[in-house]
Amino acid sequence: MKQFLARQAMGRKVRGQALVARDGFSARYDLDRIAGTFSRPTHKLAGESYRDRILVLDTVKGGVASAWMLREMASRGVVPLALVFNSANPIIAQGAAFGDITLVAGFDGDITSQVPHGATVEIDPAARTLRVVE
Amino acid sequence: MRLSDLERAMLAGDHGAAVKSAIEHQVRVGEFFGAADFVPVTQAHIMADTESLGEAGVAWVESLAKNDPGARVRVPTIMDPRGTDFAKTAVLKQPGWAVDLERRAVGAFSRLGILMTDTCINYQTIQAPARGESVAFGDTGVVIYSNSACGARSNFEGGPSALAAGLTGRTPRYGFHLDEARRASVRIRADWTPVTLNDWGALGAVVGRLAGNYWAVPVVEGLARAPGSDELKHFGAAMASFGSIALFHLVGITPEAARLEDVGGEKLSVLKVIKEQDIRALQSDYAGEKEIDVVVFSAPQLSLYELRMLAGLCEGRRFVKPLLAITSPQVKPDADRFGLTERIERAGGHVLSGMCFYQSYAREIAEANGWKRLATNSTKLVNILGGYGYVPLLATMERCVEAAEKGRLP
Repeated sequence: MKQFLARQAMGRKVRGQALVARDGFSARYDLDRIAGTFSRPTHKLAGESYRDRILVLDTVKGGVASAWMLREMASRGVVPLALVFNSANPIIAQGAAFGDITLVAGFDGDITSQVPHGATVEIDPAARTLRVVE
Repeated sequence: MRLSDLERAMLAGDHGAAVKSAIEHQVRVGEFFGAADFVPVTQAHIMADTESLGEAGVAWVESLAKNDPGARVRVPTIMDPRGTDFAKTAVLKQPGWAVDLERRAVGAFSRLGILMTDTCINYQTIQAPARGESVAFGDTGVVIYSNSACGARSNFEGGPSALAAGLTGRTPRYGFHLDEARRASVRIRADWTPVTLNDWGALGAVVGRLAGNYWAVPVVEGLARAPGSDELKHFGAAMASFGSIALFHLVGITPEAARLEDVGGEKLSVLKVIKEQDIRALQSDYAGEKEIDVVVFSAPQLSLYELRMLAGLCEGRRFVKPLLAITSPQVKPDADRFGLTERIERAGGHVLSGMCFYQSYAREIAEANGWKRLATNSTKLVNILGGYGYVPLLATMERCVEAAEKGRLP
Protein backbone atom coordinates (compact mmCIF):
# COMPACT_ATOMS: atom_id res chain seq x y z
CA MET A 1 0.00 0.00 0.00
CA LYS A 2 1.46 3.36 -1.06
CA GLN A 3 1.07 6.39 1.20
CA PHE A 4 1.91 10.02 0.43
CA LEU A 5 2.25 12.97 2.79
CA ALA A 6 0.73 16.31 1.77
CA ARG A 7 2.07 19.66 2.93
CA GLN A 8 -1.40 21.26 2.88
CA ALA A 9 -4.74 19.71 3.79
CA MET A 10 -8.30 20.57 4.80
CA GLY A 11 -11.65 18.86 5.10
CA ARG A 12 -13.06 15.47 6.05
CA LYS A 13 -11.58 11.99 5.75
CA VAL A 14 -12.81 10.42 2.48
CA ARG A 15 -12.35 7.27 0.43
CA GLY A 16 -13.14 6.90 -3.26
CA GLN A 17 -12.03 6.23 -6.80
CA ALA A 18 -9.33 8.46 -8.27
CA LEU A 19 -9.49 10.25 -11.61
CA VAL A 20 -5.88 11.06 -12.43
CA ALA A 21 -4.37 13.30 -15.10
CA ARG A 22 -1.38 15.57 -15.52
CA ASP A 23 -3.62 18.50 -16.39
CA GLY A 24 -5.05 21.59 -14.73
CA PHE A 25 -8.41 22.33 -13.13
CA SER A 26 -10.85 25.18 -13.53
CA ALA A 27 -14.47 24.78 -12.50
CA ARG A 28 -15.60 27.42 -14.99
CA TYR A 29 -13.63 26.37 -18.05
CA ASP A 30 -13.12 22.63 -17.72
CA LEU A 31 -16.46 21.34 -16.44
CA ASP A 32 -20.03 20.85 -17.53
CA ARG A 33 -21.27 21.53 -14.02
CA ILE A 34 -24.81 20.39 -14.75
CA ALA A 35 -23.85 17.04 -16.27
CA GLY A 36 -20.98 16.58 -13.84
CA THR A 37 -18.39 15.85 -16.53
CA PHE A 38 -15.15 17.31 -17.81
CA SER A 39 -16.28 19.20 -20.90
CA ARG A 40 -13.25 21.05 -22.27
CA PRO A 41 -12.35 18.93 -25.30
CA THR A 42 -8.60 19.29 -24.78
CA HIS A 43 -8.70 18.26 -21.12
CA LYS A 44 -7.16 14.84 -20.49
CA LEU A 45 -10.28 13.81 -18.53
CA ALA A 46 -12.71 15.05 -21.20
CA GLY A 47 -15.99 13.15 -21.04
CA GLU A 48 -15.28 11.60 -17.61
CA SER A 49 -17.77 12.04 -14.78
CA TYR A 50 -16.24 13.70 -11.74
CA ARG A 51 -19.19 13.14 -9.42
CA ASP A 52 -18.06 11.56 -6.12
CA ARG A 53 -14.57 10.94 -7.57
CA ILE A 54 -11.26 12.01 -6.10
CA LEU A 55 -9.58 14.26 -8.67
CA VAL A 56 -5.78 13.97 -8.78
CA LEU A 57 -4.45 16.77 -10.98
CA ASP A 58 -1.42 18.96 -11.43
CA THR A 59 -2.50 22.46 -10.55
CA VAL A 60 -5.30 25.01 -10.62
CA LYS A 61 -5.96 27.21 -13.64
CA GLY A 62 -8.33 30.00 -14.50
CA GLY A 63 -9.86 32.77 -12.47
CA VAL A 64 -11.64 33.25 -9.21
CA ALA A 65 -15.01 31.70 -10.08
CA SER A 66 -14.15 28.29 -8.64
CA ALA A 67 -14.36 29.83 -5.16
CA TRP A 68 -18.13 30.15 -5.55
CA MET A 69 -18.72 27.24 -7.90
CA LEU A 70 -17.61 24.36 -5.67
CA ARG A 71 -20.32 25.18 -3.12
CA GLU A 72 -22.93 25.53 -5.84
CA MET A 73 -21.88 22.14 -7.23
CA ALA A 74 -22.05 20.66 -3.73
CA SER A 75 -25.55 22.07 -3.21
CA ARG A 76 -26.72 19.89 -6.13
CA GLY A 77 -24.66 16.87 -5.12
CA VAL A 78 -22.72 16.96 -8.40
CA VAL A 79 -19.28 17.53 -7.00
CA PRO A 80 -15.95 15.72 -6.63
CA LEU A 81 -15.43 13.86 -3.36
CA ALA A 82 -11.99 15.44 -2.94
CA LEU A 83 -9.36 17.43 -4.79
CA VAL A 84 -5.67 16.52 -4.90
CA PHE A 85 -3.07 18.78 -6.55
CA ASN A 86 0.65 19.05 -6.88
CA SER A 87 0.14 22.76 -6.29
CA ALA A 88 -2.97 24.53 -4.97
CA ASN A 89 -3.68 28.24 -5.31
CA PRO A 90 -5.75 30.45 -2.98
CA ILE A 91 -8.89 30.19 -5.08
CA ILE A 92 -9.18 26.43 -4.81
CA ALA A 93 -8.42 26.56 -1.08
CA GLN A 94 -11.05 29.26 -0.57
CA GLY A 95 -13.54 27.31 -2.68
CA ALA A 96 -12.88 24.07 -0.84
CA ALA A 97 -13.23 25.81 2.53
CA PHE A 98 -16.48 27.47 1.41
CA GLY A 99 -17.87 24.31 -0.19
CA ASP A 100 -16.68 21.93 2.55
CA ILE A 101 -14.72 19.79 0.10
CA THR A 102 -11.62 17.83 1.07
CA LEU A 103 -8.44 19.26 -0.44
CA VAL A 104 -4.81 18.14 -0.18
CA ALA A 105 -1.80 19.51 -2.04
CA GLY A 106 1.98 19.61 -2.12
CA PHE A 107 3.78 16.26 -2.30
CA ASP A 108 7.33 15.04 -2.78
CA GLY A 109 7.31 14.29 -6.49
CA ASP A 110 4.52 14.46 -9.02
CA ILE A 111 1.41 12.98 -7.38
CA THR A 112 -0.29 12.49 -10.77
CA SER A 113 2.41 10.01 -11.79
CA GLN A 114 2.24 8.08 -8.51
CA VAL A 115 -1.48 7.43 -8.10
CA PRO A 116 -2.90 5.00 -10.70
CA HIS A 117 -5.94 6.20 -12.63
CA GLY A 118 -9.00 4.42 -11.25
CA ALA A 119 -7.36 3.35 -7.98
CA THR A 120 -9.24 3.51 -4.70
CA VAL A 121 -7.60 6.08 -2.47
CA GLU A 122 -8.18 7.28 1.09
CA ILE A 123 -7.44 10.83 2.21
CA ASP A 124 -7.06 11.80 5.85
CA PRO A 125 -6.59 15.59 6.05
CA ALA A 126 -5.94 15.52 9.80
CA ALA A 127 -2.93 13.29 9.18
CA ARG A 128 -2.23 14.96 5.80
CA THR A 129 -2.05 11.55 4.15
CA LEU A 130 -3.21 10.08 0.85
CA ARG A 131 -3.16 6.27 0.71
CA VAL A 132 -3.64 4.12 -2.38
CA VAL A 133 -5.83 1.35 -0.95
CA GLU A 134 -6.35 -0.87 -4.01
CA MET B 1 -2.93 31.20 13.49
CA ARG B 2 -2.05 33.83 16.05
CA LEU B 3 -5.20 35.86 16.74
CA SER B 4 -5.63 39.29 18.32
CA ASP B 5 -8.24 39.96 21.00
CA LEU B 6 -10.52 41.44 18.34
CA GLU B 7 -10.11 38.40 16.09
CA ARG B 8 -10.82 36.03 18.97
CA ALA B 9 -13.97 38.02 19.75
CA MET B 10 -15.03 37.76 16.11
CA LEU B 11 -14.45 34.01 16.22
CA ALA B 12 -16.50 33.74 19.41
CA GLY B 13 -19.45 35.43 17.72
CA ASP B 14 -19.26 38.69 19.66
CA HIS B 15 -19.51 40.67 16.43
CA GLY B 16 -22.43 38.76 14.99
CA ALA B 17 -23.07 35.59 13.05
CA ALA B 18 -21.90 36.92 9.68
CA VAL B 19 -18.51 38.03 11.02
CA LYS B 20 -18.11 34.74 12.92
CA SER B 21 -18.77 32.76 9.76
CA ALA B 22 -16.39 35.02 7.81
CA ILE B 23 -13.44 34.66 10.15
CA GLU B 24 -13.98 30.91 10.51
CA HIS B 25 -13.65 30.68 6.73
CA GLN B 26 -10.53 32.85 6.79
CA VAL B 27 -8.88 30.77 9.51
CA ARG B 28 -9.46 27.58 7.47
CA VAL B 29 -7.81 29.16 4.44
CA GLY B 30 -5.04 30.79 6.48
CA GLU B 31 -4.13 27.55 8.23
CA PHE B 32 -4.10 25.69 4.90
CA PHE B 33 -1.39 28.08 3.69
CA GLY B 34 0.45 28.29 7.02
CA ALA B 35 -0.43 31.96 7.68
CA ALA B 36 1.05 33.16 10.97
CA ASP B 37 -1.61 35.81 11.55
CA PHE B 38 -3.98 38.25 9.86
CA VAL B 39 -3.08 41.46 8.05
CA PRO B 40 -5.52 44.41 8.13
CA VAL B 41 -6.84 45.45 4.73
CA THR B 42 -7.98 48.89 3.63
CA GLN B 43 -10.45 47.76 0.97
CA ALA B 44 -11.99 44.67 -0.57
CA HIS B 45 -13.27 43.89 -4.06
CA ILE B 46 -15.71 41.03 -4.65
CA MET B 47 -16.11 38.96 -7.80
CA ALA B 48 -19.63 37.55 -7.63
CA ASP B 49 -21.34 36.99 -10.96
CA THR B 50 -24.47 34.92 -10.56
CA GLU B 51 -23.35 32.33 -13.10
CA SER B 52 -20.68 31.44 -10.54
CA LEU B 53 -22.84 31.82 -7.44
CA GLY B 54 -25.83 29.98 -8.80
CA GLU B 55 -29.08 30.05 -6.86
CA ALA B 56 -27.32 28.42 -3.90
CA GLY B 57 -24.74 31.19 -3.68
CA VAL B 58 -27.29 33.98 -3.97
CA ALA B 59 -29.43 32.34 -1.27
CA TRP B 60 -26.36 32.10 0.96
CA VAL B 61 -25.59 35.83 0.58
CA GLU B 62 -29.25 36.62 1.27
CA SER B 63 -29.11 34.49 4.40
CA LEU B 64 -26.19 36.50 5.82
CA ALA B 65 -28.26 39.67 6.07
CA LYS B 66 -31.43 37.79 7.01
CA ASN B 67 -29.82 35.88 9.89
CA ASP B 68 -27.72 38.83 11.06
CA PRO B 69 -29.59 42.03 10.16
CA GLY B 70 -26.80 44.23 11.57
CA ALA B 71 -24.12 42.70 9.40
CA ARG B 72 -22.16 45.32 7.46
CA VAL B 73 -18.71 45.37 5.88
CA ARG B 74 -16.05 47.06 8.05
CA VAL B 75 -13.88 48.45 5.23
CA PRO B 76 -14.85 49.89 1.85
CA THR B 77 -15.92 46.88 -0.18
CA ILE B 78 -16.67 47.20 -3.86
CA MET B 79 -18.08 44.94 -6.55
CA ASP B 80 -16.74 43.38 -9.75
CA PRO B 81 -18.90 43.58 -12.91
CA ARG B 82 -22.38 42.15 -12.65
CA GLY B 83 -23.94 39.67 -15.04
CA THR B 84 -25.94 42.21 -17.01
CA ASP B 85 -26.52 45.84 -17.84
CA PHE B 86 -30.14 46.11 -16.73
CA ALA B 87 -30.74 48.79 -19.40
CA LYS B 88 -29.57 46.47 -22.16
CA THR B 89 -30.98 43.04 -21.36
CA ALA B 90 -33.04 43.15 -24.57
CA VAL B 91 -29.88 43.68 -26.64
CA LEU B 92 -28.23 40.71 -24.97
CA LYS B 93 -31.39 38.54 -24.98
CA GLN B 94 -30.51 37.14 -21.57
CA PRO B 95 -32.97 34.69 -20.02
CA GLY B 96 -35.41 36.21 -17.55
CA TRP B 97 -34.37 33.89 -14.75
CA ALA B 98 -30.77 35.13 -15.05
CA VAL B 99 -31.81 38.76 -14.81
CA ASP B 100 -34.04 37.95 -11.82
CA LEU B 101 -31.14 36.19 -10.08
CA GLU B 102 -28.96 39.23 -10.75
CA ARG B 103 -31.53 41.50 -9.09
CA ARG B 104 -31.61 39.25 -6.02
CA ALA B 105 -27.81 39.28 -5.81
CA VAL B 106 -27.61 43.06 -6.11
CA GLY B 107 -30.15 43.41 -3.30
CA ALA B 108 -28.37 40.92 -1.05
CA PHE B 109 -24.91 42.46 -1.45
CA SER B 110 -26.28 45.99 -1.03
CA ARG B 111 -27.86 45.03 2.31
CA LEU B 112 -24.38 44.15 3.60
CA GLY B 113 -23.13 47.67 2.84
CA ILE B 114 -21.20 46.74 -0.26
CA LEU B 115 -20.76 49.53 -2.81
CA MET B 116 -22.08 48.17 -6.10
CA THR B 117 -19.39 49.74 -8.27
CA ASP B 118 -19.68 46.89 -10.78
CA THR B 119 -16.21 47.35 -12.18
CA CYS B 120 -13.04 45.40 -12.89
CA ILE B 121 -11.02 48.57 -13.53
CA ASN B 122 -11.36 50.07 -10.05
CA TYR B 123 -7.66 50.93 -10.18
CA GLN B 124 -8.52 53.32 -13.05
CA THR B 125 -11.88 54.56 -11.83
CA ILE B 126 -12.42 54.22 -8.05
CA GLN B 127 -9.14 54.32 -6.11
CA ALA B 128 -5.84 52.73 -7.05
CA PRO B 129 -4.13 51.14 -4.05
CA ALA B 130 -0.76 52.53 -3.02
CA ARG B 131 2.58 50.73 -2.78
CA GLY B 132 2.64 48.43 0.24
CA GLU B 133 -1.11 48.77 0.87
CA SER B 134 -2.68 45.45 1.86
CA VAL B 135 -6.01 44.82 0.15
CA ALA B 136 -8.32 41.87 -0.51
CA PHE B 137 -9.18 41.99 -4.19
CA GLY B 138 -11.07 39.53 -6.37
CA ASP B 139 -10.94 39.54 -10.20
CA THR B 140 -7.52 38.32 -11.31
CA GLY B 141 -6.99 41.35 -13.54
CA VAL B 142 -7.54 43.69 -10.61
CA VAL B 143 -5.15 41.73 -8.41
CA ILE B 144 -2.32 41.51 -10.92
CA TYR B 145 -2.55 45.22 -11.80
CA SER B 146 -2.71 46.27 -8.14
CA ASN B 147 0.20 44.04 -7.11
CA SER B 148 2.39 44.81 -10.10
CA ALA B 149 1.68 48.32 -11.39
CA CYS B 150 0.75 49.78 -7.98
CA GLY B 151 2.95 47.71 -5.64
CA ALA B 152 -0.05 46.88 -3.45
CA ARG B 153 -0.43 43.50 -1.74
CA SER B 154 -3.21 41.04 -2.45
CA ASN B 155 -3.76 37.39 -3.16
CA PHE B 156 -6.49 36.24 -5.51
CA GLU B 157 -9.45 36.56 -3.16
CA GLY B 158 -12.40 34.60 -4.50
CA GLY B 159 -15.87 35.98 -3.79
CA PRO B 160 -16.45 34.27 -0.41
CA SER B 161 -13.00 35.30 0.85
CA ALA B 162 -13.21 38.89 -0.39
CA LEU B 163 -16.62 39.19 1.27
CA ALA B 164 -15.14 37.73 4.45
CA ALA B 165 -12.32 40.29 4.30
CA GLY B 166 -14.86 43.07 3.92
CA LEU B 167 -16.77 41.82 6.98
CA THR B 168 -13.69 41.34 9.19
CA GLY B 169 -11.40 44.05 7.75
CA ARG B 170 -8.49 41.62 7.44
CA THR B 171 -7.17 38.65 5.52
CA PRO B 172 -4.76 35.81 6.33
CA ARG B 173 -1.14 36.87 5.89
CA TYR B 174 0.24 34.47 3.27
CA GLY B 175 1.32 34.58 -0.37
CA PHE B 176 1.75 38.06 -1.83
CA HIS B 177 1.35 39.78 1.53
CA LEU B 178 4.83 38.45 2.35
CA ASP B 179 8.07 40.03 1.08
CA GLU B 180 9.65 36.70 0.15
CA ALA B 181 6.77 35.69 -2.12
CA ARG B 182 7.18 38.87 -4.15
CA ARG B 183 10.72 38.09 -5.35
CA ALA B 184 11.06 37.17 -9.02
CA SER B 185 11.14 33.45 -9.79
CA VAL B 186 11.10 33.50 -13.62
CA ARG B 187 13.30 35.80 -15.69
CA ILE B 188 12.17 36.68 -19.20
CA ARG B 189 13.64 39.02 -21.79
CA ALA B 190 11.47 40.84 -24.30
CA ASP B 191 13.24 41.29 -27.60
CA TRP B 192 10.31 43.21 -29.04
CA THR B 193 8.04 45.84 -27.52
CA PRO B 194 4.30 45.61 -28.23
CA VAL B 195 2.50 48.29 -30.20
CA THR B 196 -1.24 47.75 -29.86
CA LEU B 197 -3.37 46.79 -26.87
CA ASN B 198 -3.85 43.26 -28.17
CA ASP B 199 -0.08 42.99 -28.67
CA TRP B 200 0.36 43.82 -24.99
CA GLY B 201 -2.27 41.22 -24.13
CA ALA B 202 -0.51 38.63 -26.27
CA LEU B 203 2.83 39.35 -24.59
CA GLY B 204 1.11 38.92 -21.22
CA ALA B 205 -0.33 35.61 -22.39
CA VAL B 206 3.07 34.32 -23.54
CA VAL B 207 4.65 35.32 -20.22
CA GLY B 208 1.76 33.76 -18.32
CA ARG B 209 2.11 30.45 -20.15
CA LEU B 210 5.85 30.40 -19.49
CA ALA B 211 5.52 31.21 -15.79
CA GLY B 212 2.64 28.80 -15.47
CA ASN B 213 1.32 28.87 -11.92
CA TYR B 214 0.03 31.18 -9.22
CA TRP B 215 3.18 31.21 -7.12
CA ALA B 216 5.49 32.14 -10.01
CA VAL B 217 6.60 35.79 -10.25
CA PRO B 218 7.91 36.70 -13.70
CA VAL B 219 10.32 39.59 -14.13
CA VAL B 220 10.50 40.97 -17.66
CA GLU B 221 13.44 43.01 -18.93
CA GLY B 222 14.19 44.57 -22.29
CA LEU B 223 11.04 46.58 -23.00
CA ALA B 224 11.87 49.67 -25.04
CA ARG B 225 9.30 51.88 -23.35
CA ALA B 226 7.00 52.00 -20.34
CA PRO B 227 3.46 50.85 -21.11
CA GLY B 228 0.53 53.09 -20.20
CA SER B 229 -2.30 52.12 -17.88
CA ASP B 230 -4.51 50.54 -20.57
CA GLU B 231 -1.54 48.62 -21.97
CA LEU B 232 -0.62 47.34 -18.50
CA LYS B 233 -4.28 46.44 -17.99
CA HIS B 234 -4.37 44.18 -21.06
CA PHE B 235 -0.88 42.80 -20.36
CA GLY B 236 -1.72 41.84 -16.77
CA ALA B 237 -5.23 40.58 -17.42
CA ALA B 238 -3.98 38.21 -20.12
CA MET B 239 -1.06 37.02 -17.99
CA ALA B 240 -3.41 36.26 -15.10
CA SER B 241 -5.83 34.47 -17.41
CA PHE B 242 -3.26 32.32 -19.23
CA GLY B 243 -1.02 31.59 -16.27
CA SER B 244 -2.99 32.33 -13.07
CA ILE B 245 -0.23 34.86 -12.33
CA ALA B 246 -0.88 37.45 -9.60
CA LEU B 247 2.32 39.53 -9.69
CA PHE B 248 4.90 40.50 -12.30
CA HIS B 249 7.78 42.95 -12.37
CA LEU B 250 8.96 45.05 -15.33
CA VAL B 251 12.54 46.17 -14.83
CA GLY B 252 12.81 49.94 -14.59
CA ILE B 253 9.04 50.34 -14.85
CA THR B 254 7.01 48.76 -12.05
CA PRO B 255 7.61 50.12 -8.56
CA GLU B 256 9.32 47.20 -6.88
CA ALA B 257 11.79 46.56 -9.73
CA ALA B 258 13.65 49.78 -10.39
CA ARG B 259 16.64 47.47 -10.96
CA LEU B 260 16.69 43.75 -11.79
CA GLU B 261 18.47 43.00 -8.52
CA ASP B 262 15.72 44.71 -6.48
CA VAL B 263 13.57 41.60 -7.02
CA GLY B 264 16.40 39.07 -7.11
CA GLY B 265 16.26 38.75 -10.90
CA GLU B 266 20.03 38.86 -11.38
CA LYS B 267 20.27 35.45 -9.69
CA LEU B 268 18.01 33.86 -12.33
CA SER B 269 19.03 32.79 -15.78
CA VAL B 270 16.87 33.98 -18.66
CA LEU B 271 14.21 31.34 -19.28
CA LYS B 272 13.15 32.71 -22.64
CA VAL B 273 13.81 35.60 -25.00
CA ILE B 274 10.41 36.55 -26.39
CA LYS B 275 10.50 37.75 -29.99
CA GLU B 276 7.82 39.31 -32.17
CA GLN B 277 7.28 35.92 -33.81
CA ASP B 278 6.24 34.47 -30.41
CA ILE B 279 3.57 37.15 -30.12
CA ARG B 280 2.37 36.59 -33.67
CA ALA B 281 2.25 32.83 -33.08
CA LEU B 282 -0.06 33.26 -30.11
CA GLN B 283 -2.26 35.67 -32.04
CA SER B 284 -2.44 33.24 -34.96
CA ASP B 285 -4.04 30.68 -32.62
CA TYR B 286 -7.05 33.00 -32.59
CA ALA B 287 -7.23 33.82 -36.30
CA GLY B 288 -9.00 30.76 -37.61
CA GLU B 289 -11.84 32.48 -39.43
CA LYS B 290 -12.57 35.75 -41.19
CA GLU B 291 -16.38 35.85 -41.04
CA ILE B 292 -17.68 37.14 -37.70
CA ASP B 293 -21.01 37.20 -35.86
CA VAL B 294 -20.28 39.79 -33.18
CA VAL B 295 -17.56 42.18 -32.03
CA VAL B 296 -16.98 42.59 -28.29
CA PHE B 297 -14.70 44.99 -26.42
CA SER B 298 -14.61 43.83 -22.81
CA ALA B 299 -12.48 41.98 -20.25
CA PRO B 300 -11.28 44.27 -18.88
CA GLN B 301 -13.92 47.00 -19.09
CA LEU B 302 -12.93 49.90 -21.33
CA SER B 303 -11.41 53.07 -19.96
CA LEU B 304 -12.53 56.50 -21.10
CA TYR B 305 -9.48 56.66 -23.37
CA GLU B 306 -10.29 53.32 -25.00
CA LEU B 307 -13.87 54.49 -25.62
CA ARG B 308 -12.49 57.71 -27.12
CA MET B 309 -10.30 55.67 -29.47
CA LEU B 310 -13.24 53.45 -30.37
CA ALA B 311 -15.55 56.40 -31.01
CA GLY B 312 -12.99 57.83 -33.43
CA LEU B 313 -12.86 54.54 -35.33
CA CYS B 314 -16.68 54.42 -35.57
CA GLU B 315 -16.93 57.74 -37.42
CA GLY B 316 -18.65 57.43 -40.81
CA ARG B 317 -19.31 53.70 -40.47
CA ARG B 318 -22.52 51.66 -40.38
CA PHE B 319 -22.24 48.27 -38.74
CA VAL B 320 -23.79 45.14 -40.20
CA LYS B 321 -22.81 43.03 -37.19
CA PRO B 322 -23.40 43.82 -33.49
CA LEU B 323 -20.57 45.65 -31.74
CA LEU B 324 -20.64 45.71 -27.93
CA ALA B 325 -18.35 48.07 -25.99
CA ILE B 326 -18.47 47.39 -22.27
CA THR B 327 -17.31 49.86 -19.66
CA SER B 328 -17.76 50.65 -15.99
CA PRO B 329 -20.60 52.64 -14.42
CA GLN B 330 -18.02 55.27 -13.47
CA VAL B 331 -16.83 55.80 -17.07
CA LYS B 332 -20.21 55.55 -18.80
CA PRO B 333 -21.58 58.94 -17.65
CA ASP B 334 -18.44 60.66 -18.91
CA ALA B 335 -18.67 58.77 -22.19
CA ASP B 336 -22.26 60.03 -22.45
CA ARG B 337 -21.29 63.63 -21.54
CA PHE B 338 -18.46 63.75 -24.04
CA GLY B 339 -20.56 62.31 -26.88
CA LEU B 340 -18.53 59.10 -27.15
CA THR B 341 -21.54 56.84 -26.52
CA GLU B 342 -23.55 58.65 -29.19
CA ARG B 343 -20.76 58.34 -31.76
CA ILE B 344 -20.42 54.60 -31.17
CA GLU B 345 -24.17 53.97 -31.15
CA ARG B 346 -24.73 56.14 -34.23
CA ALA B 347 -22.67 53.58 -36.14
CA GLY B 348 -24.86 50.80 -34.77
CA GLY B 349 -22.79 49.77 -31.77
CA HIS B 350 -23.91 49.44 -28.17
CA VAL B 351 -22.17 50.86 -25.11
CA LEU B 352 -22.97 48.78 -22.02
CA SER B 353 -21.86 49.36 -18.47
CA GLY B 354 -21.49 47.53 -15.18
CA MET B 355 -21.10 44.06 -16.67
CA CYS B 356 -18.47 41.93 -18.32
CA PHE B 357 -19.18 39.83 -21.38
CA TYR B 358 -17.94 36.48 -20.12
CA GLN B 359 -19.65 36.90 -16.74
CA SER B 360 -23.01 37.58 -18.38
CA TYR B 361 -24.25 34.12 -19.29
CA ALA B 362 -22.06 34.01 -22.40
CA ARG B 363 -23.31 30.57 -23.44
CA GLU B 364 -26.98 31.52 -23.18
CA ILE B 365 -26.63 34.79 -25.08
CA ALA B 366 -24.62 33.04 -27.79
CA GLU B 367 -27.50 30.63 -28.33
CA ALA B 368 -30.17 33.36 -28.15
CA ASN B 369 -28.38 35.63 -30.65
CA GLY B 370 -26.76 33.07 -32.91
CA TRP B 371 -23.29 34.30 -31.97
CA LYS B 372 -20.37 31.95 -32.48
CA ARG B 373 -17.50 33.76 -34.21
CA LEU B 374 -16.54 36.60 -31.90
CA ALA B 375 -13.90 39.22 -32.70
CA THR B 376 -12.20 41.15 -29.92
CA ASN B 377 -8.95 42.88 -29.07
CA SER B 378 -8.91 41.27 -25.60
CA THR B 379 -6.44 38.41 -25.27
CA LYS B 380 -8.06 37.52 -21.94
CA LEU B 381 -11.46 37.20 -23.57
CA VAL B 382 -10.30 34.88 -26.36
CA ASN B 383 -8.73 32.60 -23.74
CA ILE B 384 -11.98 32.35 -21.82
CA LEU B 385 -14.61 32.14 -24.54
CA GLY B 386 -13.39 28.97 -26.19
CA GLY B 387 -14.78 27.17 -23.17
CA TYR B 388 -18.20 28.69 -23.86
CA GLY B 389 -18.47 27.34 -27.38
CA TYR B 390 -17.36 30.47 -29.24
CA VAL B 391 -14.78 30.69 -32.00
CA PRO B 392 -12.81 33.63 -30.56
CA LEU B 393 -10.86 35.81 -33.00
CA LEU B 394 -8.15 38.19 -31.79
CA ALA B 395 -7.45 41.37 -33.73
CA THR B 396 -6.64 45.02 -33.22
CA MET B 397 -9.41 47.42 -32.28
CA GLU B 398 -9.20 48.89 -35.78
CA ARG B 399 -9.66 45.50 -37.48
CA CYS B 400 -12.51 44.57 -35.12
CA VAL B 401 -14.38 47.79 -35.98
CA GLU B 402 -13.88 47.12 -39.68
CA ALA B 403 -15.22 43.62 -39.15
CA ALA B 404 -18.39 45.01 -37.57
CA GLU B 405 -18.84 47.17 -40.70
CA LYS B 406 -18.00 44.53 -43.33
CA GLY B 407 -19.04 41.34 -41.54
CA ARG B 408 -15.55 39.88 -41.80
CA LEU B 409 -12.09 40.63 -40.51
CA PRO B 410 -9.87 42.44 -43.04
